Amino acid sequence: MDLSSINPILLLASLMVAATPIMLAAIGELVVERSGVLNLGVEGMMITGAVCGFIVSVSTGSPWIGFIGAAIGGAILASLFGVLTQYLLSNQVATGLALTLFGLGLSALMGQGYIGIKAPSFPDWHIPLLGDIPVIGPIVFQHDPMVYVGLLIVLAVWAFLKFSRAGLILRAVGENHDAAHALGYKVKRVRMLAIMFGGACAGLGGAYLSLVRVPQWTEGMTAGAGWIALAIVVFASWKPGRLLLGAYLFGGVTVLQLNLQAAGMAIPVEYLSMAPYLATTVVLVIMRAGRAPGSLGRIFHASR
Amino acid sequence: MMKSLLTGATFALGLTTAAFAQDETTKVGFIYVGPVGDGGWTYEHNQGRLAVEEHFGDAVETVFVESVPEGPDAERVMTQMALDGADLIFSTSFGFMDPTINVAGKFPDVKFEHATGYKQADNVSVYSARFYEGRAVQGHIAGQMTESNVIGYIASFPIPEVIRGINAAYLQAKAVNPDVEFKIVWAYTWFDPAKEAEAATVLIEQGADVILQHTDSTAPQAAAQAAGNVATFGQASDMAEFGPYPRVSSIIDNWSPYYIARTQAVIDGTWESTSTWDGIAPGMVGIGEITDSVPAEIKASAEAMIESIRSGEMHPFTGPINKQDGSVWLAEGETASDYGDDGLAGMNFYVEGIVGDVPQ
Amino acid sequence: MIMLEKRPQPSQGWTLATPILAVLLTMLVGGALFAALGKDPLVTIRTIFYDPLFSEFAWYYRPQLLVKGAPLVLIAIGLSFGFRAGVWNIGAEGQYIIGAICGAAVGLALYPMESVFIFPAMVIAGALGGMLWAMIPGILRVKFGTNEILVSLMLVYVAEQLLASMALGTLRNPEGMGFPGSRNLSQYPSAANLELISGSGMHWGVVAAFIAVIFAYIMLSRHIFGFQVRLSGLAPRAAAFSGVNPGRLILLCMAISGGLAGLAGLFEVAGPAGQISIDFNVGYGFTAIIVAFLGRLHPVGILLAGGLMALTYIGGEIAQSKLGLPGGAIQLLQGMLLFFLLAVDVLTHYRVRFGQGEVA
Repeated sequence: MDLSSINPILLLASLMVAATPIMLAAIGELVVERSGVLNLGVEGMMITGAVCGFIVSVSTGSPWIGFIGAAIGGAILASLFGVLTQYLLSNQVATGLALTLFGLGLSALMGQGYIGIKAPSFPDWHIPLLGDIPVIGPIVFQHDPMVYVGLLIVLAVWAFLKFSRAGLILRAVGENHDAAHALGYKVKRVRMLAIMFGGACAGLGGAYLSLVRVPQWTEGMTAGAGWIALAIVVFASWKPGRLLLGAYLFGGVTVLQLNLQAAGMAIPVEYLSMAPYLATTVVLVIMRAGRAPGSLGRIFHASR
Repeated sequence: MMKSLLTGATFALGLTTAAFAQDETTKVGFIYVGPVGDGGWTYEHNQGRLAVEEHFGDAVETVFVESVPEGPDAERVMTQMALDGADLIFSTSFGFMDPTINVAGKFPDVKFEHATGYKQADNVSVYSARFYEGRAVQGHIAGQMTESNVIGYIASFPIPEVIRGINAAYLQAKAVNPDVEFKIVWAYTWFDPAKEAEAATVLIEQGADVILQHTDSTAPQAAAQAAGNVATFGQASDMAEFGPYPRVSSIIDNWSPYYIARTQAVIDGTWESTSTWDGIAPGMVGIGEITDSVPAEIKASAEAMIESIRSGEMHPFTGPINKQDGSVWLAEGETASDYGDDGLAGMNFYVEGIVGDVPQ
Repeated sequence: MIMLEKRPQPSQGWTLATPILAVLLTMLVGGALFAALGKDPLVTIRTIFYDPLFSEFAWYYRPQLLVKGAPLVLIAIGLSFGFRAGVWNIGAEGQYIIGAICGAAVGLALYPMESVFIFPAMVIAGALGGMLWAMIPGILRVKFGTNEILVSLMLVYVAEQLLASMALGTLRNPEGMGFPGSRNLSQYPSAANLELISGSGMHWGVVAAFIAVIFAYIMLSRHIFGFQVRLSGLAPRAAAFSGVNPGRLILLCMAISGGLAGLAGLFEVAGPAGQISIDFNVGYGFTAIIVAFLGRLHPVGILLAGGLMALTYIGGEIAQSKLGLPGGAIQLLQGMLLFFLLAVDVLTHYRVRFGQGEVA
């Protein structure tokens, strides 16, 4: 065993990349859940985003337009969920699960004919000056642009929820939709927007896999990342700051266990892989239930 | 006993009806564990199916079902194919082994071909590829390409197939470069692009400048490309889109010759239950083009090695080889047997020189 | 402006009509999809929805509907109690896995002993395993007020990792040539859950599913527990006033759902699946949630919904193999069917009004 072969700087740098797709999907779901909606279809939206992004970027040659296509694709799929749960008042858990099935099937059909093609390249940014700072430079400032877009979205969501009036309304809708309705807020409209934002973010996360990480289209390529995103939201107790921590923890466990393996250490991989989920459960217990948005998962219908 | 008699009767009844459905064309069924769009394992089996269609034209009809879970679903899909008049069924995943044997018992007139398993029957053949022959070639190239003397290996599950590959690659790398070291990570997945990318990145960070992978996605190729000075090898598919560098060569699963031959045997009525374990020579294991990023003399010696494996002159596991604990596995000049104690089929140990343990 | 007005009572007529409407809508839109994929829509729809029930090989498919539907129904019945009472166990997948592991472990530990007590012991172990796994979120909710939706979901991931560890380690078949996966329980007479009447598809899991349906029906309509469950779901405060102990109710609901999910896992691993393998779970626990809602949480409804889901799986496989329909199209069709079923349910509980543009 040779732990000295693990380079902590590189480890942290790769952590930032590894965490990006799950972070993107999770921040979207966080907004959805803060508005009081539980959408379990993240995996389906991610994979749809992955294929939409891939198709758009291959046909336009631009990864940036691909990401936009992925966000739109994810948002459209999410709005399907929104219409069903908000206007047709279907159960959110069941609809979300159905959405995953739908998304996996849809993406497989859309992706026929795009197998074995490489996505247009999306080079890393070596940010001048900042990228040259020792230690911090390679960790933080030498990644592809989407890493920073992801962080910016998290920052924006944090500011939105904390400081903006719209964010306040969103939280009010999530905490108590009847009260919010009584105050004259458009509960359904707010939730629809949140759901579509969630879909767009999940789509970006999926496209990060198909355009940057792999970068190719293969069926089922998200391989459960959407479910991890759901766990991260809970781990973060619905707070954007902690979400960052959660994404790095969940991404980090994989990176760490692979590092330890490569350094020649025999570790029980399965038990280490369980750790973040157990940690999330512990966090849930410590945080108590009060922190979950009050109306999470409940159907809203304005009775008159 | 009563039970099996009854089952036989029920199915015999079904078969008489099925027999009417048959006509001149030979029907060949394929059952896949993944989607045909996985770009790896299942994709290559499907290429084999398409090759059968192309070769025989209208004389053969092929059918397939993709993403079939291992277990009762597989059994049902195969039964359904057999009922529908399939004459030959290829079940293309290890986990389909028991279901294949079960269904084969009910349809004695239908021929079955099970990939990578070890259970045979009168109407069940098994077939697999000697991928380790390709791994040996990779090791030969990798050992000479590496400058850091660290070769990264992304392994999937700790099963004989994968362990064989590691040993074969290591032995040849060691032969050309005594200082070489293997860093092995177990991803515990055949296909998870995000995890594979991380595994590759980790290995590169820990000094590997050649990556061998036994998982099916192109994510490690992309990670190597981003790193810039890391060579890789395609797995399952050619992955030529990542050539000429980082991808310098590849192992291709080429099932087409076997599928065509077995279909022909059914048409001719000469099909017999066999156990096939083919390598480079019959073309089941294809070596993708060695690109010009590999120095000419290395390329030449690698091609010589491919030739000598093809001709049977060289066996990748030829003694003297010791096991990791120092005990003798193969004596001088002895080649590994396929089956039996310490045979290749059940290989569960590293050879001498590899650091670390096979996970249990 | 279209508005919804809540009905004082769910509409009896629409309760019966909506599922039919949903299936018709799915056939319509699905047909358009198949036409777009270049398949004959009528033939495709017939293959998926009609052939498994009435084609020449229906004698094989009908029993298979039981095999495929039984675990779904068994789990969904268990979940329906909790869902009615506002206890959201969405971790049935994990409880299913743990039930299978515990039950299989008992059987494997006693191998190769033969005794009539082994299978009952496995059944008990399976039910207990699932129950205990479900008690974790139950107790955490009662003691600490933790959200059981999320804890039960987290425990699914933990159970999946545990399954991988068992298949690769503790429960691995010592005679399995080093491959992952346990011994095949269906080949171990004392532990096997075989068909009770050959060719009928009836194994103990199917019997258990039918018993669960009847039991649940009686509980909900006749027993005080059923009344408490319904009251807690409709009016939690009224329930508390009428002497329902909420903590006890939560634990009971979790225990029932976990126990039945564990049973489903055990029957599956001892019968149709046969062995513990890495991918043993194929999503029954999640699909059962959908089945529970499609069945409107009513025992008979769940039975029918489970049958319908099984039909789309089996019909989908036939369509893939016979018509060359891609697997993705089947998933899409299933997703669509679920969407329509969930969407039209609104007509049962709400009246559609066309009014002036008031704010809804």
